[in-house]
Amino acid sequence: MAADVSLFQIFMDGVFIKNFLVIQFLGLCSFVGVTKDTKSAAGMSGAVIFVMTMAATVSYLIYSFVLIPLKLEFLSLISFIVVIAALVQLVEFVVRKNVPSLYRSLGIYLPLITTNCAVLGVVLLNVLNEYSFIQSVVFGVAAGLGYTIVMLMMSGIRERSTLVNVPSAVRGLPQAFLIATMLSMAFVNYFGVIPL
Amino acid sequence: MSLTTLLIQAMATLGGLGLVIGIMLIAASRLFKVETNPLVEEVVEVLPGANCGACGFAGCADFAERVVEDNAPLDGCPVGGFETAKEIGGILGQDVSEAEKEYPYLRCNGGTNCVDRFDYVGIEDCTAVIMLSDGEKGCNYGCMGRGTCVRACPFDAITIGDDRLPDVNKNLCKSCGLCIDACPNDVLMFAKDSEKVHVQCNSHDKGKTVKAVCEIGCIGCKICEKNCPEDAIKVTKFLAEIDQDKCTACGICVEKCPQNCIEMR
Repeated sequence: MAADVSLFQIFMDGVFIKNFLVIQFLGLCSFVGVTKDTKSAAGMSGAVIFVMTMAATVSYLIYSFVLIPLKLEFLSLISFIVVIAALVQLVEFVVRKNVPSLYRSLGIYLPLITTNCAVLGVVLLNVLNEYSFIQSVVFGVAAGLGYTIVMLMMSGIRERSTLVNVPSAVRGLPQAFLIATMLSMAFVNYFGVIPL
Repeated sequence: MSLTTLLIQAMATLGGLGLVIGIMLIAASRLFKVETNPLVEEVVEVLPGANCGACGFAGCADFAERVVEDNAPLDGCPVGGFETAKEIGGILGQDVSEAEKEYPYLRCNGGTNCVDRFDYVGIEDCTAVIMLSDGEKGCNYGCMGRGTCVRACPFDAITIGDDRLPDVNKNLCKSCGLCIDACPNDVLMFAKDSEKVHVQCNSHDKGKTVKAVCEIGCIGCKICEKNCPEDAIKVTKFLAEIDQDKCTACGICVEKCPQNCIEMR
């Protein structure tokens, strides 16, 4: 059923049309929490791209070569979570060893990728859409890239708007939500504007 | 398939998955192990954890590392102050002596007393204001009151009052000096609590120019210099400066100043 969907369409789906942050509203805690400066937003996005790609790959292998042959599909949710948690732990080791400053600025949000619904969303959508191995990996990468684009846009806007004179009632999180609304409206347009 | 086999299969699958992943994670944690000095962890514990960077290092963890390994000064953390320095000294087995705390002090009383040359419309930032022909204020030396110091303060200790001047809350201030670094006009400076008398002006303009724009600026009349019994005041470039080492806080200059720009606190 999913075999006739082109890889390009899956890629564009992941990046723009089904963007995880502003269309599907998944992974919003990191979206609001780590977008105060571009550097940590970029670091977080890098980690999420890695985790999403690896999770899509590993969970496809586990699902189709372990769970389906044994007719244990009902275990998919718990085994995906185990895989994601392990991958996040791996990312944490690597970041802590190689980029300690990024490790400190990400703080609680790095382990929070474990519970980042966007990652689990990618994996579950792969299963739901019956994507093949290549399609799953492409969707994982695309979802990570879509996440990155929106995170960078958001952090850029928030960095530039810190000096703007806004009413004190709107300053801070309300301002972030308003920006997120406008970004989301911009992305909703992709439904109709790009015919695929 | 009976329920028992299903159960056993499920348990075996999840258990095997957990085992494989666990072994891989153990290998990874060995591979990416970060060597830390246990003393560093202890020092991080006693630091305030504000990560303000006032010590000159990248954050509390970085400071702790430098204190333990590179002999950075024990009292290098202005936020924690003497208490923290003492605790760090306890961990490292060194003695620390107390230094008096310093607070930022504003060398300007202009604000609403100082005339505006034009109506500024733009982003609320002192540096941005100054870039427009040295600022909207008639006086080029004074406080712009646009809150660059307020945003620089990680402890919310500064507020802009009704007189359009920053107000430092000493209970919240941790003497980190970030506001002093941030101020583009250098009107903030450190002052100890024991230093009682201060000139509330930063203007090196001639008296006539000062009088034209500011009601209470220093006009360089030298009345304070002549009246000071301790010879602690010098007027250089139309601005009085107080030598805090000589000053005995007798208050004569405060009384004599015709512009009321010397303050006793």
